[in-house]
Amino acid sequence: MRIGALKTSYAADHALFDTPVQRAWLGLGAALLLAFPFVADDYWLYLACLVAIHVIATTGLNILTGFTGLVSLGHAAFMGVGAYTAALMEIRLGAPFLLNLLGGGLMAAGVGVLVGLPSLRVKGLYLAIATIAASFILHFVFQNWSTVTGGIAGLSVPPARILGIELARPAALYWVILPLAGLSVLAAANLFRTRIGRAFIAIRDRDISAEILGIPLLRYKLMSFGLSAFYAGLAGGLFAYFFRSITPESFPLVYSIFFLAAVIVGGMGTILGGILGAAFMTMVPEVLKLGVGLASPWLPNAVAILSPVRTVVFGLLIIGFLIFEPHGLAEIWRRIRRFFHLWPFRT
Amino acid sequence: MGPQPAPRPEDAPAGAPSAAATPSLAVAGLSLRFGGLKVLTGVSFDVAPGSITAVIGPNGAGKTSLFNCISGFYRPQEGTIAFEGEAIGRLHPPARARRGLARTFQNIALFRGMTVLDNIKLGRHVHMRTNLLDALVYWGRARREEIEIRAEIEERVIDFLDLNHIRHQPVASLAYGLRKRVELARALAMRPRLLMLDEPVAGMNREETEDMARFILDVKEEWGTTILMVEHDMGLVMDISDHVVVLNFGQVIARGRPAEVTRNEEVIRAYLGAGDVGALRARIEGREAA
Repeated sequence: MRIGALKTSYAADHALFDTPVQRAWLGLGAALLLAFPFVADDYWLYLACLVAIHVIATTGLNILTGFTGLVSLGHAAFMGVGAYTAALMEIRLGAPFLLNLLGGGLMAAGVGVLVGLPSLRVKGLYLAIATIAASFILHFVFQNWSTVTGGIAGLSVPPARILGIELARPAALYWVILPLAGLSVLAAANLFRTRIGRAFIAIRDRDISAEILGIPLLRYKLMSFGLSAFYAGLAGGLFAYFFRSITPESFPLVYSIFFLAAVIVGGMGTILGGILGAAFMTMVPEVLKLGVGLASPWLPNAVAILSPVRTVVFGLLIIGFLIFEPHGLAEIWRRIRRFFHLWPFRT
Repeated sequence: MGPQPAPRPEDAPAGAPSAAATPSLAVAGLSLRFGGLKVLTGVSFDVAPGSITAVIGPNGAGKTSLFNCISGFYRPQEGTIAFEGEAIGRLHPPARARRGLARTFQNIALFRGMTVLDNIKLGRHVHMRTNLLDALVYWGRARREEIEIRAEIEERVIDFLDLNHIRHQPVASLAYGLRKRVELARALAMRPRLLMLDEPVAGMNREETEDMARFILDVKEEWGTTILMVEHDMGLVMDISDHVVVLNFGQVIARGRPAEVTRNEEVIRAYLGAGDVGALRARIEGREAA
């Protein structure tokens, strides 16, 4: 049982991880992630990279939707902007890998700010529709501005290079994607212990009193849109280098819905939720696929029967979350923590 | 910044709009219409620095609309609002906040998803400089500012309003009276020069009302903050305010010291009811004497 959190300075009270136990777990987790590439095969590394890319994008959407309360269905399109920008900087300019990622993020942020402009006037479902419109416009641009984006065929991206080392395989890209995901999540966590993050939450909870406290609504909403799109653009840049080929169909509307579902399943307005949601949404279909594979020795045509079932199960899981745990996986995690903090007493 | 010296009530004749000092807030000829509905008509009054001014009036008299004009949500069609001599009628609410105007709401407007401490910290928002990049790295300025305001809020606001035991609790889990107190704390964290309280004790029980009255008086005396409040609890208004402005149907029908206002026939008719005037007056004066 946790007896108390005894702190002697305000700085200690503001720390993200305030107990030795938490820090020990964090260290263990980091060690496992470092050891992972040495034990896992390419398939699992591929999945790990994909989860990490999704963590960045989901955290970005969580900043906008979970923390600032602005629904966006344009997230995949912002990701596309980042992906195309990074790819074009690589192909046309031959700029260095990390700079291209930054460029992709910044370009997406600019587009995000533009798309966010209606958010001062329209809220909720109306804003969702406005962002869908933006998503369709961007899709149209990707498809029809053929001289730049390569049209329907898209672009194929040369492998990433850092200091002359070619990062072509997931095993190599892992060392870039994972630290970037870690930094992105850390930055988001930092944001929400400062005035900017608090202003975002204030706008979500009650925009009228936010204004009375001196928070200019439009500026902060646009900041949230820009930051969220920056995360999407960064994830998009990594996506381009990871899959080495991007087409307009890489960033469909369904992909935006995927991120929204990840935010909801993970837990809106929690940093942990972005991580858990992205991991859940990426891994569960794979785990179900694995289950189908395991069942095949007993069921002769398991693939044919169970593949549709897999999709249904996945859908049911999401519905189940909405009904039974609207606060998402992060809330389940908090309950588990509370159980151990209070043990042997009942929660 | 240490506590500002409180202007003593005796220095300036409290309540009476003094010609010598610039009033903290001067409202002149304010008219607000929604279409054909006249909400406020030619409302004028001054708030003396360091005083407690109460705005009273029957339901629908336009008290909250007046507050919304002063804090910038409504744009009155006519009239001027001057805060410490500066016309603020055209400024947006955030700009008014930066000049030292703070308010609480009639139906509590806290941020439910945040802890008490984070709610109060938001009051300091306009006085902080941390930008987006600082915030993302949480190093240097962001970190320093967070710890600075934490210390200041702990020592000046949380101690003052006795909120130590709930600082890390989410606002949604608090009882009504405490929420009102947290809202006051958030407004105080802004270091306001003019604090506007919209029905600070509405819906409170007797004990909570007495606590709140004590806090309001302490804010005035220890911080030297000027207070403008809308309140229906006549006992509270008579006990703590220096100056009373009475609104009825969007017009000022009387103003003056509490004792003068209660004797004003028109006020009695409009606000206290035409029925048993004597009984009401006796009740109020009884409380005054007590």
